[in-house]
Amino acid sequence: MMQGTENMGSMTSVAIEAETVETDSRETGESRVLQLQDQDEVRDYVTIGAPFVDNAKMAARNVNVHYGEKHAIMDVSLDIGKNEVIAMIGPSGCGKSTFLRTLNRMNDIIAGCRVDGEITLDGEDVYGRQQDTVMLRARVGMVFQKPNPFPKSIYENVAYGPRIHGLAHNKAELDEIVESSLRRASLFDEVKDNLDKPGTGLSGGQQQRLCIARAIAVSPEVILMDEPCSALDPIATARIEELIDELKEKYTIAIVTHSMQQAARVSQRTAYFHLGKLIEVGGTKDIFTRPRHQLTENYITGRFG
Amino acid sequence: MSNYDNTTLIAASLKKRYARERRFQWYGRFAVFIGFVFLIVLLADIVSKGMPAFTQHFIKVDVTLDADRLGLPENPTQQDYFGADFGGVVKASLREMFPEVSGRGDKKQLYRLISVGAEYDLRDHLMANPELVGTTQSIWLRAHSEAGSYLKGQVSRALPEADRKVKDIQMDWLDQLRRDGRTQSRFNTVFFTAGDSREPELAGIRAALQGSFFTLMVTFLLAFPVGVMAAVYLEEFAPRNRLTDLIEININNLAAVPSIVFGLLGLAVFINFFELPRSAPLVGGMVLSLMTLPTIIITSRASIQAVSPSIREAALGVGASQLQTVLHHVLPVAMPGILTGSIIGMAQALGESAPLLMIGMVAFIMDAPSGVTDPSTVLPVQIFLWADSPERGFTEKTSAAIIVLMGFLILMNALAVFLRRRFEMK
Ligand SMILES: Nc1ncnc2c1ncn2[C@@H]1O[C@H](COP(=O)(O)OP(=O)(O)OP(=O)(O)O)[C@@H](O)[C@H]1O
Ligand SMILES: [Mg+2]
Repeated sequence: MMQGTENMGSMTSVAIEAETVETDSRETGESRVLQLQDQDEVRDYVTIGAPFVDNAKMAARNVNVHYGEKHAIMDVSLDIGKNEVIAMIGPSGCGKSTFLRTLNRMNDIIAGCRVDGEITLDGEDVYGRQQDTVMLRARVGMVFQKPNPFPKSIYENVAYGPRIHGLAHNKAELDEIVESSLRRASLFDEVKDNLDKPGTGLSGGQQQRLCIARAIAVSPEVILMDEPCSALDPIATARIEELIDELKEKYTIAIVTHSMQQAARVSQRTAYFHLGKLIEVGGTKDIFTRPRHQLTENYITGRFG
Repeated sequence: MSNYDNTTLIAASLKKRYARERRFQWYGRFAVFIGFVFLIVLLADIVSKGMPAFTQHFIKVDVTLDADRLGLPENPTQQDYFGADFGGVVKASLREMFPEVSGRGDKKQLYRLISVGAEYDLRDHLMANPELVGTTQSIWLRAHSEAGSYLKGQVSRALPEADRKVKDIQMDWLDQLRRDGRTQSRFNTVFFTAGDSREPELAGIRAALQGSFFTLMVTFLLAFPVGVMAAVYLEEFAPRNRLTDLIEININNLAAVPSIVFGLLGLAVFINFFELPRSAPLVGGMVLSLMTLPTIIITSRASIQAVSPSIREAALGVGASQLQTVLHHVLPVAMPGILTGSIIGMAQALGESAPLLMIGMVAFIMDAPSGVTDPSTVLPVQIFLWADSPERGFTEKTSAAIIVLMGFLILMNALAVFLRRRFEMK
């Protein structure tokens, strides 16, 4: 207990330092060199709570992500356990999406983005030489923050993944996959008569559910969801949460959300990010009832973020 | 109180703002109007000059198809027909119609009422109907282009006789023929079925059209796949480094190189070094494809770049390979832009003449080419050639050929719009 308070005190000061680094980085190059040294000190920060688990599906160790000069993720180490739902929360711009995208190497296509550290999937190095990104992304699927259906028919949107991976042996099987995926994303009833209409013609929330259907159609082992419900009404949100509950029997899910309630409802573990650092990780119940870090407490009690 | 002040202030400035807006709109309208007027003047000029070329006058002549006079044996062979003196028969028939004409000079003028091509028309007519040998027929013969332009009302008697090709005496004969109902204006089919000729009334754009077609086909087959592939590679696969930057700069520069330079290059490389046939659509197409390649690459790259990165992310996110992402998602979205750019490039190539002059496509071509290695000419070069000819008949043909060329350009642009619409609907 005594140690905890001590920890907390030093952490808060580090966080304040980090904030000043943020604001100053817009200034001249000379001062930036100084701040980088500051950041190196900041980097010694150790996540509190329990970032590691025994049965890790994916494991990140000392991950740093840079967008050019910008240091977006600082020395994050985190395990994602098998068949668990882990929620990632934190104020806007703290690097949740960035961290999520490092897990299936979606950052590869961003020019100037550099990832250091180690990430493994079932013990295999995700950034290793032998790693095939096509295989990786088939195993680690993603639902993006902004709905991005293909400008093709609804059917084609969902059928595309299974088709390129050869998951269906005939048309009937493919139809079956499309229908069940749409059903699980609770979109089927709304679109069943318009499967040949363009997916881009759907409403924002429908598009997001279409993207969820598209992601689960290839049955990935890990599903990364970046604010999947931000454009959905409470009913659709509830259905997606049911889906997540159901999916975790077989799959592993990492979900970014801005809704504390959602994090509390669907996840077993919660990770709190702040300005590129992973501040605290723990069982969801613990995080929400007994946060150990001042920043976490401030965030979940709505004092900022 | 301050709110009230703001309202009056805004109201005062509003008037000025709207006035400025209206003034700006008027400038715009004026600019559009000026542009439109120039366009109309240009079109009206070309159409009014070119329309007469689409009709042609014929003169009805009573021709006695006497076997002896023609020099045709009994049961003549094709060879015999080709050796027969149809020209003499036509001249004799004209003399019979105007028996009062005497003197070599006048007779010469009389013969010049009818096109030199008339004897070939007559020969073909007789070959098709051999039973007519020995009879006298009223046959419509093609008028000489100068006689035709008088009949079309393009030459006025008021002009001093020395300044015009149609002499007073010819005008008298033509007036008489017209009174007798022996003249007729018909649609000029020769213009679309014949190649070039020394005689305006026998010249057509068929050879040039076919040459343009073959040339453009070669251009498209070379430039489109190569251009699109290059654009896809540079946009989607190539690493960003010094080399690709250099390539990009060079492609942009190539787009600004005057087209005649490509002609010189074609002459030096394709003809002199590789010894490909001179004046052929093959070489013309290769030269034009060099010219259109930068256009196609630049527009294709721009439309590939314009494809939203979220579509790429979506495809990669479900595990599509890079090639699958490009082929299944990026290219279909970019296709309308690529097609528009390519068709505009092709339209440029269709209207290009300078580089083709350099590789000898300026030859006098009477027969339409039947392949990409036959000597041929193209529409813009044909226009250039005709524009150089002093005869009145060629002046109107120049404008007529321009009308046809513009027709094809409009057609190609319409195709671009149509394709874009179709792709966008999907
Ligand atoms: N493509 C990019 N290029 C440069 N900087 C980027 C890029 N994407 C993100 N960043 C920066 O990285 C930091 C983290 O961004 P990220 O998108 O991960 O935040 P986030 O936690 O997902 O925020 P939000 O909750 O608003 O989605 C931000 O400061 C952002 O400015
Ligand atoms: Mg985000």
